[in-house]
Amino acid sequence: MAINWFKYSSPSTFYGVAGKMMPWFAWSAAILFVVGLYIGFFVAPTDIQQSEAYRIMFIHVPASILSMFIYLVMAGYAALGLIFNTRLSSMMASALAPTGALLAFLSLWTGALWGKPMWGAWWVWDARLTSELILLFLYLGFIALHASIDDPRRADRASALLAIIGSVNVPIIYFSVQWWNTLHQGASVKFTGTSMHVAMQQGMYTMMLAVWLYAIAVSLLRVRCIILERECKAQWVSELTEVRR
Amino acid sequence: MTRLSLVSVLSLVIRRDLVLAMRRRADVLTTLIFFVIVVSLFPLGVGPETDMLRKMAPGVVWVAALLASMLSLGRMFSADYLDGTLEQMMLVPQSLSVLVLAKILAHWMVSGLPLVIMAPVLGLQFDMPVQALWVLIVALLLGTPILSMIGAVGAALTLGLRGGGALVSLLVLPLCIPVLIFGAGAVEAVVSGTSVGSHLSLLGALLVMALVFTPWMTALALRISVE
Repeated sequence: MAINWFKYSSPSTFYGVAGKMMPWFAWSAAILFVVGLYIGFFVAPTDIQQSEAYRIMFIHVPASILSMFIYLVMAGYAALGLIFNTRLSSMMASALAPTGALLAFLSLWTGALWGKPMWGAWWVWDARLTSELILLFLYLGFIALHASIDDPRRADRASALLAIIGSVNVPIIYFSVQWWNTLHQGASVKFTGTSMHVAMQQGMYTMMLAVWLYAIAVSLLRVRCIILERECKAQWVSELTEVRR
Repeated sequence: MTRLSLVSVLSLVIRRDLVLAMRRRADVLTTLIFFVIVVSLFPLGVGPETDMLRKMAPGVVWVAALLASMLSLGRMFSADYLDGTLEQMMLVPQSLSVLVLAKILAHWMVSGLPLVIMAPVLGLQFDMPVQALWVLIVALLLGTPILSMIGAVGAALTLGLRGGGALVSLLVLPLCIPVLIFGAGAVEAVVSGTSVGSHLSLLGALLVMALVFTPWMTALALRISVE
């Protein structure tokens, strides 16, 4: 059975679909947060080298990975909007940007909190930290460009181009460890086995999933607001029960 | 009407932009003087110890070049946009990317090349060794065109927007960071006695990549901004 994807690319259809999906993502994110934090704080053993301080990893690693991944997703949606001229894709891109910026900021912040006991400094000019900071700048540039153009269609297309150019930076972030080879520890999660304890892994994957679902839930909520804002003159919006009230 | 070849279009637009720039020499000089002033401010800010200045020099010169190139970005398309020339350029049968490339090259000759020529003199102020000065020139020669190219995309995206100057820096500066790292890294490498080749090769690679993609991206951005 073929699904007509274009049906869901219409803001009026997607508004309802997003409204139905949002609570599911939000609740599962909340449950997984509780489970992940429980594993992180009570089940996972104390690390030999880093003692208790390593536990910040359970929020640091998911935030870092998601902040990079969301940039790619955002650039992907932006590219879709630019190529197929679908309004909803551009709306999704601008709905994802604040969440991505928030996670990039969280990753820097928790990284600083983790860096102080481990390296003895809040901030070191290490490749990965610097790239994450650049990623935050890229998010802010995207948001600033979108905000400073009044015409929404031009804003969508201009910031889409910027997102695509900026996505060149995300691979640089990932490979920067190998390029510059500095303080930051290499990746512990590899495709061939891992150097982590099982409970640590479980905690981290649970938290990763939780942050992921949270990002989806929040973006869906935000895209609903953007749809309402942009389509406020449309017939279907004025017929919504929550608008009529 | 004869159809101009790409090369003749390229040289035509470069010559036109250079003539226009020469009519307003003050603009060109402002960028250069800004560059000189920013570099001269650093010793005043951090103190005159020669050892520290020598160590800082490559980074200071590169950051100042980066800021100076941001300063002149606003001029790249705005005059042509305001008097309607840009719209005429979009209508010509030749590819807009080629016209944009010509404008970028002209912009570099006017705002990038003077910095490259001026940089060694400023390097002497920081007591840089002669060998390092040569590497600085080569790195700037490879790097400043990239700054103009990436800057062109930003300038095109922010065409006619309020607060364009600060916004374009916000968009373009993060994208220029690799250029800064490898450009300053090359000079530091020669000072510390390691191989310069890798840094310059990476700069060259960035230059080639920018040369391929940015004129096209700038053309796309101009079409988005002007329509």
